[in-house]
Amino acid sequence: MTSKRLRLAAWGVVLVLAIVLPFFFNAYRVGQFTQAMALGIAVLGLNLLVGYSGQISLGHGAFFALGAYTSAIAIVDLDVPYLLALPLAGAVCAVAGFLLGLPALRLRGLYLALVTLGVAIATPQVIKRAEGLTGGTQGMTVDKVTAPAWSGLADDQWLYFVTLAVTALMFVLAAFLVRGRVGRALVAIRDNEIAARTMGVDLARFKTGTFAASAMYAGVGGALFTLPLGFLAPESFPLALSFAFLAAIVVGGLATIAGALFGALFIEFVPVYAADVDEALAGVIYGGVLILFMYLLPGGVMGLIRKIASMKPRPRGSDDAQAGAVRRLGDRAAGGGAARERVRSQ
Amino acid sequence: MIALLAVALLASGCGRSDDEGGGGGGGGGGSDPGITDKEIKLGGSYPFSGPASAYRAIADGAKAQFAYVNSQGGVDGRKITFKTLDDAYEPPKAVANARRLIEQERVFALFNTLGTPNNLAIWDYVNQQKVPQAFVATGASNWGADVASHPYTTGWQPNYVTEAKIYADYLKKNKGNAKVAVLYQNDGFGKDLLGGFEKAIEGSSVKVVAKESYEVTDPTITSQIRKLAGSGADTFLNITTPKFSALAIATIAKSDWRPLHILNNVGASKTLVLQPVGLGNAKGIISATYFKDPDSPEWADDPAMKEYKDGMKKFAPRANPNEAFCAYGWAAAATMVEALKNMKEPTRESLMESIRSIDTEIPLLLPGIKVQMDGESDGYPIEAMQIMEFDGKNWQLQGDVIQASAQNG
Repeated sequence: MTSKRLRLAAWGVVLVLAIVLPFFFNAYRVGQFTQAMALGIAVLGLNLLVGYSGQISLGHGAFFALGAYTSAIAIVDLDVPYLLALPLAGAVCAVAGFLLGLPALRLRGLYLALVTLGVAIATPQVIKRAEGLTGGTQGMTVDKVTAPAWSGLADDQWLYFVTLAVTALMFVLAAFLVRGRVGRALVAIRDNEIAARTMGVDLARFKTGTFAASAMYAGVGGALFTLPLGFLAPESFPLALSFAFLAAIVVGGLATIAGALFGALFIEFVPVYAADVDEALAGVIYGGVLILFMYLLPGGVMGLIRKIASMKPRPRGSDDAQAGAVRRLGDRAAGGGAARERVRSQ
Repeated sequence: MIALLAVALLASGCGRSDDEGGGGGGGGGGSDPGITDKEIKLGGSYPFSGPASAYRAIADGAKAQFAYVNSQGGVDGRKITFKTLDDAYEPPKAVANARRLIEQERVFALFNTLGTPNNLAIWDYVNQQKVPQAFVATGASNWGADVASHPYTTGWQPNYVTEAKIYADYLKKNKGNAKVAVLYQNDGFGKDLLGGFEKAIEGSSVKVVAKESYEVTDPTITSQIRKLAGSGADTFLNITTPKFSALAIATIAKSDWRPLHILNNVGASKTLVLQPVGLGNAKGIISATYFKDPDSPEWADDPAMKEYKDGMKKFAPRANPNEAFCAYGWAAAATMVEALKNMKEPTRESLMESIRSIDTEIPLLLPGIKVQMDGESDGYPIEAMQIMEFDGKNWQLQGDVIQASAQNG
């Protein structure tokens, strides 16, 4: 009971911080935080897929791009209000995710990863070729969202709060999803597919369903991501973006809900600060930080938080989902010995 | 929950983010962000990483010029700081950089942001913010074509239409019945120069008899060259970026086609293009330029060149002063310093007035080439170039400086 109350209190603090935050920073920073939340939604979606159901996707940047372009085209060419463009982007991506989920029924592990990787590699080229729709290499400018007069907010602050509301909704949805039957079924699939099937889990339904939901999250994230900048081009969605998402779920903590937020903040801000240290060595610094992170915090930020929380007496076993995910992925990785030992000793 | 609302209400009194964002132009008197009695803060976005990172030399040259000016007391006692960010030649990053420079770093003006697509991606936003986007590092004719719609954006180098006119002019004078075959890059740059050339030869007996395009992603251009050679043309207009300039020279050297070869300025780098394919193969190529080549012995004793090389040695010891891009950056920054000197008040508005009425000669530009603008009627700063011919060892300047305005016919 105390643990539940603690968790609620922690979320409350996060929410309060999130609400006051845009009043203490300049417009550019507020835009960065807005983008971090948008990334967070996509990262959460990927975590549902990878962390909970154990299917690896290296192609979530493609869904992110699809969502971004769907909403941008809807707003620019079809005059759809941006609030309606979000669910539209989500729906289009859900369908695309479902279709990409079909091979997931037959392919597993690395083979599935390769299929999704192919999609991510093709994405920038496809955007360039579809010049009529996407503006090709010239990119697209999306009008900035303006705050309604009654709000008394600056445009950037208004967009921030819209994004915050959507993010809160998506996080609550995901939390309900994984705490119930669905979450248990996903973890069962991840930990032992045959056992899950024996217990009556409909593999096909859950796997394609997770892919669709995960892609939907990425799509909504992509749609929100482009609004603060007001510009998108093929270079907005490089192959590296898909890997950044993967890094984010591990940095935040596999199979955790809150971890997506930390992971998103990491991939939004660390590369920027790395470039500030030295423009030429930005990649090396970012990579170094990532490696260090994995050595010091193999369970991600959430792993650390749980470790601190578990120093007080509390019922055991509540972090099984995450430990399982880390152990499983760790087992696959060559040379992941140190991380594995640390997780097991938790 | 009540507490939460109270916090939110309290906080909303704290201020709107755009108040401190520094975006909106300086309404009323007083000075704008990024300028004090001691400092002028400028911002730039360059490709320090990625496929176009060779252009980083431009930022090196510009920074050295500003450091040199600062060492002599700055502009009216104000020291110039030049904050640069990496955009990897990607437009979305350029947009993020522009926002960061204006809203967070609070620069007084953007200077020399590089790349046609990048500047097109940011110019709506920058003009909305009423921040000067001075002397962009691209030759597209967009920057001066419609001053009223983007009053805060100006180019610097001769635009591609001006360059095209100069080649047309050269042909009309020296080879009046030229049959021209054109190879061009299929994007804004290639079409800009080709369009300018076709317009400039209208009504003359110089004719375009064949044209072929390539994509930047193409591995070779052999088939295009073969088609052009088969067209019976006696003149070859080569509108390409460095990699393809080199490919075209090499391919023609292997064939038996011997046209008069006109190579655009973008591809006329001795170190990057001509040396790799063999200087001998480049003998007789015609091009045009507007600033003194730091690699050429012709300018070795020139005072402006000496000042530049000393400045580079002192303030950018890691850069190669013989690299033409460094000289480009130095000269562009010197133009910016002139504009800042002529500013009447420390405001963005006043800087734009100074830039729009600039009329000066920059020592590192060729003698006789002026930097000149006139409000809305002339939005192109440099509109003159001089023909040069490669003699197998160096570029040799030929004839006089040719003036060619982009806007009048």
